[in-house]
Amino acid sequence: MADLTRYTAAETAAAVASGDVSAVEVAQAHLDRIAAVDEKVHAFLHVDTEGALAAARAVDDRRARGEELGPLAGVPLALKDVFTTKGVPTTCGSKILEGWVPPYDATLTRRLKEAGVVILGKTNMDEFAMGSSTENSAYGPTGNPWDLSRIPGGSGGGSSAALAAFEAPLAIGTDTGGSIRQPGAVTGTVGVKPTYGAVSRYGLVAFSSSLDQGGPCARTVLDAALLHEAIAGHDPLDSTSIDAPVPPVVEAARMRDVRGMRVGVVKEFGGEGYQPGVMQRFHEAVELLRGLGAEVVEVSCPSFTLALPAYYLIAPSEASSNLARFDAMRYGLRVGDDGTRSAEDVTALTREAGFGPEVKRRIMLGTYALSSGYYDAYYGSAQKVRTLISRDFDAAFAGVDVLISPTTPTTAFPIGERADDPMAMYLADLCTIPSNLAGNAAMSVPCGLAPEDNLPVGLQIIAPAMADDRLYRVGGAVEAAFTEKWGHPLLEEAPAL
Amino acid sequence: MSVVNLVSFEDALASYDPVMGLEVHVELGTATKMFCGCSTALGAEPNSQVCPTCLGMPGALPVVNAAAVESAVRIGLALNCEIAEWCRFARKNYFYPDMPKNFQTSQYDEPIAFDGHLDVEVDGEVFRVDIERAHMEEDTGKSSHIGGATGRIHGAEYSLLDYNRAGIPLIEIVTKPITGAGAKAPEVAKAYVAELRELIRALGVSEARMEMGQMRCDVNLSLRPIGQEKFGTRSETKNVNSLRSVERAARFEIQRHAAVLSEGGTIVQETRHFHEDEGTTTSGRVKEEAEDYRYFPEPDLVPVAPARDWVEELRASLPELPRLRRRRLQQEWGLSDKDMQSVLNAGAIEPILETVAAGAPADQARKWWMGELARRANESGTDLTAQPITPAQVARICALVAEGSLNDKLARQVIEGVLNGEGGPDEVVAARGLAVVSDDSALGTAVDEAIAANPGVADKVRSGKVAAAGALVGAVMKATRGQADAARVKELVLERLGVEG
Ligand SMILES: [Zn+2]
Repeated sequence: MADLTRYTAAETAAAVASGDVSAVEVAQAHLDRIAAVDEKVHAFLHVDTEGALAAARAVDDRRARGEELGPLAGVPLALKDVFTTKGVPTTCGSKILEGWVPPYDATLTRRLKEAGVVILGKTNMDEFAMGSSTENSAYGPTGNPWDLSRIPGGSGGGSSAALAAFEAPLAIGTDTGGSIRQPGAVTGTVGVKPTYGAVSRYGLVAFSSSLDQGGPCARTVLDAALLHEAIAGHDPLDSTSIDAPVPPVVEAARMRDVRGMRVGVVKEFGGEGYQPGVMQRFHEAVELLRGLGAEVVEVSCPSFTLALPAYYLIAPSEASSNLARFDAMRYGLRVGDDGTRSAEDVTALTREAGFGPEVKRRIMLGTYALSSGYYDAYYGSAQKVRTLISRDFDAAFAGVDVLISPTTPTTAFPIGERADDPMAMYLADLCTIPSNLAGNAAMSVPCGLAPEDNLPVGLQIIAPAMADDRLYRVGGAVEAAFTEKWGHPLLEEAPAL
Repeated sequence: MSVVNLVSFEDALASYDPVMGLEVHVELGTATKMFCGCSTALGAEPNSQVCPTCLGMPGALPVVNAAAVESAVRIGLALNCEIAEWCRFARKNYFYPDMPKNFQTSQYDEPIAFDGHLDVEVDGEVFRVDIERAHMEEDTGKSSHIGGATGRIHGAEYSLLDYNRAGIPLIEIVTKPITGAGAKAPEVAKAYVAELRELIRALGVSEARMEMGQMRCDVNLSLRPIGQEKFGTRSETKNVNSLRSVERAARFEIQRHAAVLSEGGTIVQETRHFHEDEGTTTSGRVKEEAEDYRYFPEPDLVPVAPARDWVEELRASLPELPRLRRRRLQQEWGLSDKDMQSVLNAGAIEPILETVAAGAPADQARKWWMGELARRANESGTDLTAQPITPAQVARICALVAEGSLNDKLARQVIEGVLNGEGGPDEVVAARGLAVVSDDSALGTAVDEAIAANPGVADKVRSGKVAAAGALVGAVMKATRGQADAARVKELVLERLGVEG
C-alpha cells in the first residue's frame, strides 16, 4: 500500500470516501509515523491515540451506513494546543496550565469534529503563543524537519513541523503576529491567517484578543482551503466573528489562474536585514507571477515600519489582562498552598513557577503600557498606528488586488541563536504583523529554498479583509507553477527523518 | 484607629456645606447573565449556575445580553439621560478571587447613558439630582470567609467562592456632586435612592430589593467650609444597603468629617464600612494613591450602538414615572400632602398597592402598613418591607377584620404572630385562639353579668343616656379579654336594656 502519510488531505478524503482505505488505517498510519519520528521532532505535546482512532472509526461507521461524508472526513489533523478540547489536556505550552483538562470544546474543535476530521493530538507552541521559534514552550523546543537543530518557527512551530514531518496532512495554528505564516515559511508548508473574525475565537486561549486569529496549515494550498472552509463562519459565541458568507476559497484554490490580477510588491519589506537568498527567491516569485499574467507594481506602505513597535505595545497590553485569570484559584497549577499562605501569596508563587520568562516580560510590558499616565503615550499611540496601517492597506488595495512580500526576513535560524535577544526574535514577524494590526487576510506559500542554506523561503500574499479567496487564487497559481518548475512539491526535498 | 468625638449634626451644618455623590448598583432582573446564558435565579446551589464564560475559563468569550442593554437604555431614558450613539465596554483590571477573569467587564469613558437628572421630593420641596452616567457592567462572585471573628478575609481560616452571581448584569448609576442640600443632605440621599428604587421597579428592570443586594449604594461625602467653592476630601462609604442606612451613613459621615476638620485634622480619602447596628462607619482601605485599573476597551466585544429609532421607541413606551404616579395615587387615596409624605417616607406605597391588589381596601391597607407595621419596623430598625409579612397576608388580616372575625386589637396580635414566624394569619388566629367572640349566647352571659355588676350605669342607659352604654361595653370587652366584637356587644347591651341604638 502507498504511504498514507504522503497523501494530501484532499487525496485522503477521496480515498476514505471511496473506500480505498479506511479512516482507521489512515489514522493508524499517522499515529505510527508520530511514534517513529516525534521523539526527534517534538511537534506534539499530547497524542490522543484513543480519541483519534474513535473519531476515525466513527467516520468508517458513517460510510458503512451509507451516510454522505464531508470533504475532510477521515483526514487527520494536528491541533495547536491553544484551542480547548473537551476531555483532552490543553496547556498552551505553559506550565501554569499543566494538567488542565477543559470541560468544553472550542467552536473550531467542535466544527472539526463535526466535519469528521480526526484530531491526532495537540501541538507544541511558544508559551501562550508568545514567540517566533517555539523555544518558549515550557515543554521544550520543536525541531524543524528540514534541520532538527533549527527552529520550526513560532508560535505554532509544532503544527507546521507536524506537516513537514508528515505526521499529519492538516494542522491548525493561530496567528497573532505571524504565528501561522512564519512557521509555514520556515518549514516549507502553507499557512493562512484568515480575515480577523472569519474563524471563531471561542475556545482559543487568548494571547491578544484583537489580533488572534485561528487558521489552516497544510502542505498544499487546496488542502488549506478545504480546512479554511471547514473552520470558518459566523459563531454566535464570538461577538467579533463575522456574520457573512465565507469567501469561495476552495473554488479559488482550484483556479490556478492569475491573469489580469494586479499584484503589489510592498516596497518597505526588503533590503537591509533580509537574507539575500530570501530576497532572491522572493524576486523569482515576483517574476513567476508576472510570467503567469499578473500585473506587478511596487506599492509603498510607509506606516508599516511602525507596525512592530505598535504590535509590541498592543499585544502585551491585551495579554497582561487576558493572562490575569491564571491565578491558581480555579484550574491549572497551584504552588505553595500549604494552608499557611494567603491567596495572594499562592497566586504569586504559582505565577512565578508557572509562567516562563517571555510571558512574564510581556505581562510586565503590557501592565506598564496600560498604566494611567502612560496609556495615551503607549497603548493610545499604538492604536493610532493601527489606524495608519489600515489606511495604508486601504490605499494600496485601491490599486492592487493583493500585496506580496517575503513572509519572514530570514530562513529558519538555529535553536538557541536568538533565545537571549528578544529584539532579534521579534524581527522574525516584521512582515507579518501589519496584517494582524489591520485585520486583513494573509498567506505564506513556499517559494523555494534559499541557496545559501537550502532552507525553505515563504512568499507572503496579503488580501483585503473578507477577500480571503484572493490568497488562494494567487497561492494556488504560484504553487502549481513552482511545482511544475521544480518537478515536485518542495517538501520532497526535505531530508528523511 | 483614632476615636472621633462626633460634632452634633446642627453644629456641623453651621460651619460646613456637605457635598455628596451617590453610586448605586442595580442588579438587572434579566433571565440570563450579562455575557453568557447562565440563569440569574437567586438561591441556587453554589456554583450551579456557571459556564466557561462566567467562570473565566481559558478561551471562553463574552456575548452581550441584549435584554440588559435594553434595560440600561430604558433606565437611562427614565433618568433623562442622553443615550450614547456608540459605546464600548472596557476592562477594569484588578485582582480579587471572586472575580473569575481578574478584570471586570465594565464601561469606562463611554457609558451607555450620561448627563441626566432625577427630581426627588423632600418635605414637599423638589430637589434635582444631576446624573453623571449610567453604565453597564457585570457582578462579581461571592466570597464567604470561614473562621475568624470578623467574617472578613483577614483572620479567616479559608474562603469559599460562589460564582453564581458572577456575571449578573449590573447598572451603575452615578450622580454628579450633590451640593446645596445643606442640612437636608441625608434626607436627599435617602429620597434619591428611594426614588431611584421606585423608578427601577416601575420600569420592571429589577425588583431592586436592597435587603437582597439587588440594589447597593455607595455614599461619597465631603464637607467644605460654608462659602468655599473647592470640594473637600471625600470618604466613600461602601455597600449601604437600606434606605434608612443611606440617610444614617450620610448623617454620620457629616458629623465625623466635621469633627475631624474642626479639630484641624484632615480627611483621608478612603473607603469606609457602614455598621447597621450602631449607625457608624469605620475605616476600610486607605487609598494611598488612586487605584490604577488600567482600563482599556474590551477587545472581545463589539461596540454597542443603539439605533436611534429603537431608542425613541423605548422612550415612547416608558411607564408612568413614580413621581407622577404618586400624585395620582395621592388623589385616588384622598390623602393630604403630609399623609402622602409619611406614606412615602415609610416606603409604604408598594406594599399598600400590593395589599390592595390582594383584595384589601386602600384605606385599610394604608392603616396597617402605616400604623402597626410602620411602628414595628421603626422599633426594630428594619425597612418596612423587610419585615417577614407579605402584602397578601396583610390583605387577609384586613378581610378578617372586615368580616368581623377580628377586631383591631386582635389583628395586631395576628400581625405579631406572623412576624414571629408563627405562620400565616389564619394559622396564627387558630393557634392563638384569637377569634372574635360574637356568639350571642356566650356574649349574652357576659352582657348580663356586666349589667348586673353595674346597676347604676344600666339605669342611666335605660333612662335614655345611650352614651353611658360605653362603660358596659368596656366591661364586657374586659371580661372577654378583648376578643368580643365591640359593635355586637353594644347592640346586645342596648337590646337587653330596651333602648333603641
Ligand atoms: Zn455563565
